[in-house]
Amino acid sequence: MINIFNYIDRESPIHRLTGATKLVCLIFLTLAAMTTYDTRLLVALPLVSIALFAISGIKLKDVSFMLAFTMVFMVLNNVLVFLFAPQHGVELYGTKHVLLVLTSRYTITAEQLFYHLNLVLKYLCTIPVVLLFVSTTNPSEFAASLNRIGIKYSIAYSVALALRYIPDIQQEYHEISQAQQARGIEMSKKENIVKRLKSASAILIPLILSSMDRIETISNAMELRGFGKNKKRTWYMGRRFRAADILAMVSSILVFALALYLNFRNGSRFWNPFG
Amino acid sequence: MKKNSVKSIVAIGIGAALFFVLGRFVAIPSPVPNTNISIQYGLLAFMSVVFGPIEGLLIGFIGHALIDFSYGWGVWWSWVIASGVFGILMGLLGMILRIGRKDFGKADIIKFNVAQIISHIICWGIVAPALDIVIYAEPIEKLFAQGLVSAVANIVTTAIVGTMLLAAYLATKPKKGSLKEE
Amino acid sequence: MTDPILKFEHFGFQYDAQAEPTLYDINFTVARGEKILIAGPSGCGKSTLAHCINGLIPYSYKGESTGRVTIYDKEIKKMSLFDISRTVGTVLQDSDGQFIGLTVAEDIAFALENDVVTEPDLHQRVLRAAKAVNIQDFLKHAPSELSGGQKQRVALAGVMVEDVDILLFDEPLANLDPATGKQAIDLIDQLHKETGAAVVIIEHRLEDVLYRHVDRVVLMGSGRIISDGSPDELLSSNSLVEYGIREPLYITALKYAGVTITPDMTPWNIDTIKLDDSQKQKVRAWFEGQVSPSREQFGDVLFHANEIQFSYGNKRKALNNITAKIHKGEFLAIAGTNGAGKSTFAKVICGFENPQKGTMTFDGIDLKTLSIKERADHIGYVMQNPNQMISKIMIYDEVALGLRTRGVAEDEIKERVEEALKICGLWPFRNWPVSALSYGQKKRVTIASILVLKPEIMILDEPTAGQDYRHYTEIMDFLTELNSLGITVIVITHDMHLMLEYSRRALVFSDGKIIANADAASILTDQEVIRNANLKETSLYHLANLCGIADGTAFVRRFIHYERECVRP
Repeated sequence: MINIFNYIDRESPIHRLTGATKLVCLIFLTLAAMTTYDTRLLVALPLVSIALFAISGIKLKDVSFMLAFTMVFMVLNNVLVFLFAPQHGVELYGTKHVLLVLTSRYTITAEQLFYHLNLVLKYLCTIPVVLLFVSTTNPSEFAASLNRIGIKYSIAYSVALALRYIPDIQQEYHEISQAQQARGIEMSKKENIVKRLKSASAILIPLILSSMDRIETISNAMELRGFGKNKKRTWYMGRRFRAADILAMVSSILVFALALYLNFRNGSRFWNPFG
Repeated sequence: MKKNSVKSIVAIGIGAALFFVLGRFVAIPSPVPNTNISIQYGLLAFMSVVFGPIEGLLIGFIGHALIDFSYGWGVWWSWVIASGVFGILMGLLGMILRIGRKDFGKADIIKFNVAQIISHIICWGIVAPALDIVIYAEPIEKLFAQGLVSAVANIVTTAIVGTMLLAAYLATKPKKGSLKEE
Repeated sequence: MTDPILKFEHFGFQYDAQAEPTLYDINFTVARGEKILIAGPSGCGKSTLAHCINGLIPYSYKGESTGRVTIYDKEIKKMSLFDISRTVGTVLQDSDGQFIGLTVAEDIAFALENDVVTEPDLHQRVLRAAKAVNIQDFLKHAPSELSGGQKQRVALAGVMVEDVDILLFDEPLANLDPATGKQAIDLIDQLHKETGAAVVIIEHRLEDVLYRHVDRVVLMGSGRIISDGSPDELLSSNSLVEYGIREPLYITALKYAGVTITPDMTPWNIDTIKLDDSQKQKVRAWFEGQVSPSREQFGDVLFHANEIQFSYGNKRKALNNITAKIHKGEFLAIAGTNGAGKSTFAKVICGFENPQKGTMTFDGIDLKTLSIKERADHIGYVMQNPNQMISKIMIYDEVALGLRTRGVAEDEIKERVEEALKICGLWPFRNWPVSALSYGQKKRVTIASILVLKPEIMILDEPTAGQDYRHYTEIMDFLTELNSLGITVIVITHDMHLMLEYSRRALVFSDGKIIANADAASILTDQEVIRNANLKETSLYHLANLCGIADGTAFVRRFIHYERECVRP
């Protein structure tokens, strides 16, 4: 489980962009997808993402596992929205075109379906961008990128430490849980929920206490090697921006600006085909 | 002071790694089919009380964002932020109520749980749904129902896991008074 | 000698949380290009001294100090931790804690990054440091893909990248197998010669460090410096035994034979020691005067593994066709390097991992039919680090945990827990919280918590890791006691002394296979097994050769037998 973030080392224009660039693009594109409910933009963005996917050389099968996860989540969320608010679309768009009556509460309207379409499109806007980001950004470069976009290096290094020690902690958890199972601690469905949580604690307590020792050791090791000495620090994995980086960042900012502009011109976040 | 800042940075990193591992790989089957109980909030409550609000904020925020990244389902910022807010609230309440500052006792258990119940209700009942309304324009009924379920589940797990962690950790601190061999 | 870089003058230190000082009146210097070993038992203050050398005291650990510590005549108190770290580079004992970067290159670069070194300098200096320790082919590797020895080399490169004047090693041998430890000492020696930096090694494994020359050995005991002189002088005195440090085995053997050790024999290393004919004669006479131990009689077969195959995921075979028998009441050692399969074998026995092929029986029962929990009623497993097992606040509850999960009645639990606590020497502490115990006592708590389930076999993973000689002896004597109560003891270890002195038989793993199954004395004198399993030949064997004893293995055997029967009754 070294590669939990599914980084795929290939040669492509997307891979060549610095991590910082991709992070900026990720932020502005997801912001754009968040702010707008303009269906035209929501259709355009996934198309762009898919094109970028093609350029990156990442195959569908490389990310199929993550994609499947997401699809389940998306379907579930849509079902929940419909169950709790079958007339949400009507409220948002202000008209009611009934298509089918199931029960008086669950009346299917064109507005509701259109709202669901937008919701799905919103997923389709962000999912490819995030997938693309994680599969083309070397985790080693991630912390350097955060620092590059203006986050304090100490906090950026916290993220690097988290990435560094996740596999170790995972391994330790696994070993502790095996030894505790031998002593009869179980988290299976046979037990009631309180017992299960207590069992989890029996594994967590040794894990957390040894993590506290780990914090002590690591902070000593970091200080002995001069962490925090200067106001700045350099990064072995940091890279310089090139023309393509600037271009990518500017484009993503323009997309966000477009989203804001559309909100302004439509007079609301929703592009309303019913009115 | 310098020392504390490096230690805080490491605590945030290791805390986020623990949050990630618990949230991503530790599955406790829940009574509802196909859903698992997230025990990482017990950890977050504990770490926030021990290290403070800023550390709590960043552990929750980074840990949760990394989980979302690893699933690839898009970063669900509203809930990521809510995790961070939970860290802040627990850290602040830990400071205000002076949880575990003296010898650990029943009073601390009560204070810790009052703090976590308040914090969970604010985060999942108000912060997360409010952000979802702003960002995703999802129906309010659905969001509050989701928030309520999460709040209740997280309150239960924090009550058990968080309390046990805090008790175990504070017991390792050297205490005054002598121990006698018998 | 040139001017001292580092100087302690009448230095004393007391931690804020402690009632007594940890260091008293320390006077010692480190000069340019010197190589110094600081030895002493646990709790003697050597780690505290290390913290004073690298500046963690007073910057990280708070306390009261007296006297002065100076670096280039500047008082440490007036310097920052960063200034000190420019002069002193520290390689910590915990190689995972020290490995901060996501990859080898990033970790080596860490100190340079903090110094705001920019390209192309940064990459060049990282590469140079990596080459110095011969790790340049692994620059993109993550720590989980490296062996313990490789991680240590990365740590070394990570401090050397700053061109420090003193290299400080905190227990560099603690997590390494014997052959890798030898390589580490070699590398330290080589870097010492090439860079001209002073080297300070803190370690209690004297014989292993003295594999290469050191200028001085500083012996510490109860917070004071007991002696500070050449290794030859130290080995000629009796202070080592007195302060609980193990002498090199060949020195002990010579002493048994009645040979008086003097500095002019240059006894610091088995290859340099000069013995005259009368001394060699004494050794031969002692050898002939000793009885050969009778051949080990094993009891009935208790556990039988037959053609076990196992691999993690789709990787190479972690266990390749393992067939082994374990007898009732024996004391077995399982040896081999990290990744050789010894721990995996233990996990398979306990049911933590399921073999893809092969069968295992315990007392005639097919183990496949038993769950992890059910197997634990027969085969107990004790993890290396007691802190990874303890989940209760009170000792009593911790020991009772396994019985409670098995639904045993409270009366019976009380009886069994008390019995286990008595056997483990924990009775006086039965109402204490676990946190009040020392590391060794915690180890006993974990053993008690397994013992209480009354297993027939107990498997212990590296039970003495990181322990000094006294604690090591305490733990191992205790295991011998358990063994004499009829419990079969299996110890997973790469500690050769442990194999030699305590086990009656050893299984040696290499690359997923068992490559030797014999008594430790024959294994540790078998060149081929030694090479394949990353072990090291015992110096006793060399001594036998040196004295003209043809059967070196018999010499080792008689030495061990003598120690068991006469020295440690």
